Amino acid sequence: MVAGVSTTVPLLVAAVVLVVVVVVSTAIGPASLSLATVLGVLASHVPLVHYHSSASAVANAIVWEIRLPRVVLAGLVGSMLAAGGAAYQGVFRNPLADPYLLGVAAGAGLGATIAIVTPRASFEWLPVAAFLGGAAAVSLTYLMGARTGQRSSGTSIVLAGVAVAALFTAIQTNLQQQHAADLQPVYAWILGSLSTASWTDVRLILPYVVVSGAVLLAHRRLLDALRIGEEEASTIGVHPQRVRLVVVAAATLGTAAAVSVSGLIGFVGIIVPHLVRLTTNASYRVVLPVSMISGASFLILADLGARMLEAPGEVPLGVVTAFIGGPFFIFVLRSRRSQQGVL
Amino acid sequence: MRPPAPSPGPRGALRVEGLVVRYEQTVAVRDVDLAVAPGEWLGLIGANGAGKSSLLRAVARLSPYEGGVHIDGHDTARLSRRHFAQLVAYVPQKPELPVQMRAIDYVALGRLPHLGYFGAEGPQDRVHCGELLARLSLAHMSDRPLGAMSGGELQRLVLARALAQEAPILLLDEPTSALDLGRRVEALELVDELRHERSLTVVSALHDLTLAAQFADRLVLLAQGSIVAAGPADEVLVEGSLDQHFGTRVQILRSDDGEVIVVPRRQRERT
Repeated sequence: MVAGVSTTVPLLVAAVVLVVVVVVSTAIGPASLSLATVLGVLASHVPLVHYHSSASAVANAIVWEIRLPRVVLAGLVGSMLAAGGAAYQGVFRNPLADPYLLGVAAGAGLGATIAIVTPRASFEWLPVAAFLGGAAAVSLTYLMGARTGQRSSGTSIVLAGVAVAALFTAIQTNLQQQHAADLQPVYAWILGSLSTASWTDVRLILPYVVVSGAVLLAHRRLLDALRIGEEEASTIGVHPQRVRLVVVAAATLGTAAAVSVSGLIGFVGIIVPHLVRLTTNASYRVVLPVSMISGASFLILADLGARMLEAPGEVPLGVVTAFIGGPFFIFVLRSRRSQQGVL
Repeated sequence: MRPPAPSPGPRGALRVEGLVVRYEQTVAVRDVDLAVAPGEWLGLIGANGAGKSSLLRAVARLSPYEGGVHIDGHDTARLSRRHFAQLVAYVPQKPELPVQMRAIDYVALGRLPHLGYFGAEGPQDRVHCGELLARLSLAHMSDRPLGAMSGGELQRLVLARALAQEAPILLLDEPTSALDLGRRVEALELVDELRHERSLTVVSALHDLTLAAQFADRLVLLAQGSIVAAGPADEVLVEGSLDQHFGTRVQILRSDDGEVIVVPRRQRERT
């Protein structure tokens, strides 16, 4: 069937690109290792493949303990941000919606700030505090939006998100003012970085990303149904408010987990789904899974830029994505497709 | 093909009792009773604001109402959204048509009421949608985005999506308002053919009284939310009543084969 082909081809292409990106960015770094060495180390860690790499212990440690966790973490975060963006754009039917729309970023920022400025709180609490802050901000947004909006329309929730984000940012700024000495770590976290990535971080967010991704994928058909508007969707048996609540909850949970380890990385949720829409048939059955895979590739490459552009120093990852994202944002606004209504 | 339904399938008898629709202070529909037989085409006519759309929207469960709506004896207010969508397909006046969506994906939306919450459409659903596109002469447009289709094609496509629901009752709100004269007759002919093929009950709001007279089995004239006349076209379309309820002079003519033709006239003589 035609539909089968048009779903499979983009998925395959995205998957092949991801594999290449993972291998290449694992191979590139300050210590020069040959591609063969890197592939050897990777192969020796694949379960059930009894391959013993001839690489030195140092090379093994560089690839397996330093570079690969960072690449995998970038992949997970990028995948989650892209999926969250596609999902938010679907439920709010707004091409510029991103996973931070309802205040996740401001909430996570406040949570992280509190963790950093609290005396005795160890740095390990930062991801937890960021996660809780993000989830709290979105819950507040949802409650306010649902209360104000007579029929809980998407618009009233988005407006509530703006208000909540402003409130949380104000509190965060005030806290920073009072604890000027801690400004540097807070600032570094906000700009986003994966420089301390480890397998622990990967294990920390993996369950959230998997659950959130699975829930979003399960809703891909219902997201297509919302494209004909809430009212018409309800005439074909869809419950728009319920779909929106479940999708927003899943996307928020995953996004909050992702930013808790990566900091606030912007624009991934806008760039990736739009590029996917421009190159595929725009059904969420395709856009959602392909965005997940391509989001991983995108952020792995962006992180490669972050660690190589000013090596041995690092450019904050959030700065790299913003450098690509800013111009892209304008491109989306100006493109003919968005004027006709991308969704 | 899908297995036969366990019970004798829905027949599509629609009964509306004491229906009232209120918007804030105004009453859009007051105390309307209707009975539409399975396979019948009922045409709702009336001036703008007479309550045609409000009545259809209430039956489609899109606006709150008082009173009862029953299908084959079942109170529709008690049905789940999905079950209701298996019984009633509704085509709004201005359907929302995402320009990038492909025709086949749009039609496939009509299969949603027959899928589980997380269900995916199977090969038989795809075949069903393909057959519908072919039936409505859109087979070659299957992969085309909606933004690249003409008004007449889109009208047929929206009809295809509604038919994909396999609901015995089809509600059409001004189905031809965006079409030119030729496409209008074509679209209504198509609805008429389809309702005979699939024994559908059709309730539609229609602006064009002459076309309403030709296609509907029975007309209901609404004014200020109430039924003021109901019956065959030649009983409902009478000059005095139309003058009063449409607020202009109307002349009724007869074609050679006895069809009613409604002609609006200028209020003043040409000077």
